[in-house]
Amino acid sequence: MELVMSVAIGLLFMAAVYLMLSKSLIRIIIGTGLLSHGAHLLLLTMGGLGGTAPPVVADGVTVGDYADPLPQALILTAIVISFAVTSFFLVLAYRAYQELGTDNMELLRGTEDYE
Amino acid sequence: MSLVFLIFIPILAALFIPLLFKRLGQIHTGWFVLLVPAALFSYYATRLPSVMEGGTYVSEFSWIPSLDIAFVAYLDGLSLLFTLLITGIGALVVLYSIFYLDKHREQLHNFYVYLLIFMSAMLGVVQSDHLITLYLFWELTSISSFLLIAYWYTRDRSRFGALKSMMITVFGGLMMLGGFVLLSIMGGTYSIRELIAQAPELAQHDFFIWALVLVLLGAFTKSAQFPFYIWLPDAMEAPTPVSAYLHSATMVKAGIYLVARLTPVFALSEVWMWLVAGVGLFTMVWASFFALKQKDLKGILAFSTVSQLGLIMSLLGVAAAAYHVEDAAETYLKYAAFAAIFHLINHATFKGSLFMIAGIVDHETGTRDIRKLGGLMSLMPVSFTVALIGSLSMAGLPPFNGFLSKEMFLTAMLSLQEFDMFSMDVWWVLFPIIAWVGSVFTFIYSLYFVFHTFAGKHQPEQLPKQAHEAPIGMLISPVFLAALVVLIFFIPNLIGDWLVKPAVAAIQPFLYDSPQNVDIHVAAWHGFNTELFMALGIFAIGGLMFWTLHKWQRLYDLYPDAISLNRLYDEMMLLSGGGANRFSRIYMTGFIRSYLVYMFSFMTFIVLLTLFLTDAFQIDFSNLTPIGIYEIVILLALVGATLTILGSKSRLTAIIALGAVGYSVALLFVIFRAPDLALTQLVIETISVALFLLAFYHLPQISRKEERMKFRFGNALVALGVGITMTLVALSAHSQKALPSISEFYKETVYKEAGGGNIVNVILVDYRGFDTLFEIAVLGIAGIGIITMIRLRLTKKEGQHENK
Repeated sequence: MELVMSVAIGLLFMAAVYLMLSKSLIRIIIGTGLLSHGAHLLLLTMGGLGGTAPPVVADGVTVGDYADPLPQALILTAIVISFAVTSFFLVLAYRAYQELGTDNMELLRGTEDYE
Repeated sequence: MSLVFLIFIPILAALFIPLLFKRLGQIHTGWFVLLVPAALFSYYATRLPSVMEGGTYVSEFSWIPSLDIAFVAYLDGLSLLFTLLITGIGALVVLYSIFYLDKHREQLHNFYVYLLIFMSAMLGVVQSDHLITLYLFWELTSISSFLLIAYWYTRDRSRFGALKSMMITVFGGLMMLGGFVLLSIMGGTYSIRELIAQAPELAQHDFFIWALVLVLLGAFTKSAQFPFYIWLPDAMEAPTPVSAYLHSATMVKAGIYLVARLTPVFALSEVWMWLVAGVGLFTMVWASFFALKQKDLKGILAFSTVSQLGLIMSLLGVAAAAYHVEDAAETYLKYAAFAAIFHLINHATFKGSLFMIAGIVDHETGTRDIRKLGGLMSLMPVSFTVALIGSLSMAGLPPFNGFLSKEMFLTAMLSLQEFDMFSMDVWWVLFPIIAWVGSVFTFIYSLYFVFHTFAGKHQPEQLPKQAHEAPIGMLISPVFLAALVVLIFFIPNLIGDWLVKPAVAAIQPFLYDSPQNVDIHVAAWHGFNTELFMALGIFAIGGLMFWTLHKWQRLYDLYPDAISLNRLYDEMMLLSGGGANRFSRIYMTGFIRSYLVYMFSFMTFIVLLTLFLTDAFQIDFSNLTPIGIYEIVILLALVGATLTILGSKSRLTAIIALGAVGYSVALLFVIFRAPDLALTQLVIETISVALFLLAFYHLPQISRKEERMKFRFGNALVALGVGITMTLVALSAHSQKALPSISEFYKETVYKEAGGGNIVNVILVDYRGFDTLFEIAVLGIAGIGIITMIRLRLTKKEGQHENK
C-alpha cells in the first residue's frame, strides 16, 4: 500500500507545482491546496499505514495495535494551518483582482522604476 | 578602575547625550561632553611616569571565550601617546565645537553621540592587543567617521564624501582583517605581543608576505596614502571640528599607529621597509605638489595632511631599516623612529590649530575660497598670529617645533646611506632628493595658506559676511595649540623623554630594552651639516617659488581631470552599481513564477543530491501493508480529480474537483484509522469549497491562452522533478527509521500521564500544547489579515482611507 501511496503523493505534488507555476492567481491557489493534501498524505505514509485500531484507548486493544498517533497529530495541525493560508490567499486574490483588475501574475509584477 | 573598561566610557556617555540635549537644551551639550575627554586625559596622564620608565599595563575582559576573542587593553609607550593625543586633542576640539556649532540650529545630539562613539573606537584601536577586537574598533572608527562627515546630510557633497571615505577605508579594513587572520594562523595567537615574540619564525612562513601586504593595505587606506588618499579631501565636507579631530589628528593616524605597532613583526622583511618608506615618501611629494592646486582652505589642509602622513609613514619605513643593520643604535638610522613619533606630535599641534583657524575664517567670513579671502590680518589679528605660527612650523622654520622634526626627517633620509643592502649605493640618493622636493612644496603651500588668507588685499564685497575676529571661546583651543608649537621648540627633550622615547622603545623593542636606552638628544643647532644646508635650500628655493606663485600656479589647470584618481573612483562606483543592477535584473524578474522555479529546482536538486550522496534511497518491501480494494478505488478517484483540475478550462470544474480531492483524502483518513483527521478534513473541505465558490463570482475565468507552449513544457519539467523527488522521499522515509519513534512513548503514557484516551487529542492539547497555541495564533493572524484586507480600501486615486 505504501508504494502506491508514494506514487499518488508524487502525482499530487506534481500537479500542485504545475498549477503554482501558471500565471493565473486562482490556479496558484488551487495548487497550494493540492500541495497541502500531498503533504498530509506524505506525513501519514512516512509513519507507516499499519495498525488495526484508531489511536484511541479502548478495552482489549494492545499498544501495538494502534495506528501511529504522531503523524495524525501533525496532520491535524497542518490541516488547520493550510485552511488559514488558503482562505487568506483567496481573499488576497479577490481583493487584488478588485483593486487591480487582473489575476494574471505576469501583469502583477512590480513596476519597472523600482530603483 | 580596570583599563579595558575605560575604553567604553565615551560610548556609555553617548547614551546620555540625547537626554541632556532634550532636557537641558539651553546649556550647550558640548559642555557635558567636554568632561569625558578631559577626565580621561587627566587619568591617563597619571600613567605617564611609570610608562616613561618602561612600565606597561594590561587589562583583559573576555568577550567570546569559545572563539578566544577578548578585549585586551595594553598600555605601553606607543598606545599611551596615542591615547593622550585622542583625549587631549579631543577635549580641545569639543571645547572649540561648543562655539563653532550653534546650539539652536544644529543637531548637537547627533554630533556628540557620533563623536563619542568615535572616541571609544579610537581608544580601542590604539589600546587593543587582540587583533580581532582591534579590527572591530578599526571599522567602528570608519563608521563613526562616515556619520560625522555626513553630519550635514542634506548636502550632496557631504553624503558623497561620507560614502567615499567609507568605501575606501572599509575596503582597506577588510583587507587588513584578511592579514590579521593570516597572522593568527601563522602564529597561533591573536595577541600582538605574542606575535612580536615569534617574529623571526613568522618571517619564514609562506603566508608572511600576503599578511604583510594585506595589513599595509589597511594602514594605507586609513592613513590616506597614495593612491587611496582621495577620500580625505572629500571628507572635508565634515564640520571643521571633525576635520581637525578625525581627519588630521587622530583617525588618519590609525594607519601610522598600525604600521608602528606591527613594525617589530614585519620589519624583518625588506618588502615592508621599501613599501612603507617608498609609498610614504611618494605620497608626501605628490600631495604637497597638489596642495598648491587647491582653492579651498580646508582642501589645502587636507592635501597637506596627506603629505605629512606620508612623511611620517616614510620615517617608519626607514625605522624598519634599522632591523637590517648591525648595531643600528649606533648609526643615524636610529633617528627615524624618533623623528616619526616626534613629528606625529608636532603635526597634531600645528595642523590642529590650522584646521581650527580655517574653521574660524569660514565661520566669520562665510567662505573658505582662498581666491576671495585676503587682507584679514588687521581684522583678525589673533587668528592671523595662530595661523602664522602653525604655518611656519609646518614649513619647517625655527623657532617652532616643525623645524626640529623636519631636520630629523632629513637626517633620517640621509642615514639611508648607511644601509648598504642590495648595493643601494646609488638608489638611496633618491630618498633624500624626493624628501627635499616634497619639503620645498610643503614650504610653499604653508606660506600660500597663511599669506593668501591674511595678507594681500581685503575684498569685503566678495565675502558673504562682514569679517571680524572670532569669539574668545573659539580661540582658546587654537591659541593653546599654537602655544604648544612654540613651547615644544624650547623643551624638545622633555617631550622626548616623556612621550617620544617610550613610543620608540615600543616600535623597536629589539634595539632598546627600555625608554631610557633611547640615546637621542634633540637640538636646534647641529653645526654646519648637510641637513642645515638642505633646509636653507628649502627656504631659499621655496621662498623664491612662493614669490612667483601667481605666475606658475596656472600650470595646475593643465592637469586633465579625466585621468585623475577621483575619476577612477567615480567610474568604478558607477560601474559596480550599474553592473550589480544589470546582473540582478537578469534573475529578479518580478514574476512569481521565476522565483518558484528557482526554489523548486533548487530543492529538487539538493534533495536528490543528498539522497544520492548519502546513499539514502532504499525501499523496504518487508514492512508493507496489504493493498485493499477500497483504497485503490479512492486513490483512483483522487487521481482522476487531480487530472480534472489540470485539464479544466472552467473555474467551477476546478473548484469542485479540488473538493473531490479533499473528500478523497478524508476517506483515506477513515480507512487508515484516523477518525479525528477525517472529521476535521470533512469540515474544513466543506468550508473551503464554500469559500472558493464565494470568491468564484469575483474572479475571472481561467484563461490558458496566454500560456505559451515553451513555458508549459518548462513548468511540466519542474513539476515532474518535484513529483518524482517527493515519491522517492516518501519511499525512503517509510523504509528506514534512524531513530525509534516517540509514538511508542505517547501510546504507553497517554492514560497514566495525561489521563486521556484519544491519543491524538492528548498529544495536541497536552504533550504539544504550545504547538497548538501557536497554531491558534496563526489562525488569528490569518483572520485579522482577512478582515483588514476586506475592510481596508486603499485606492491610489484618492490616496486615503475610503471608509473613514
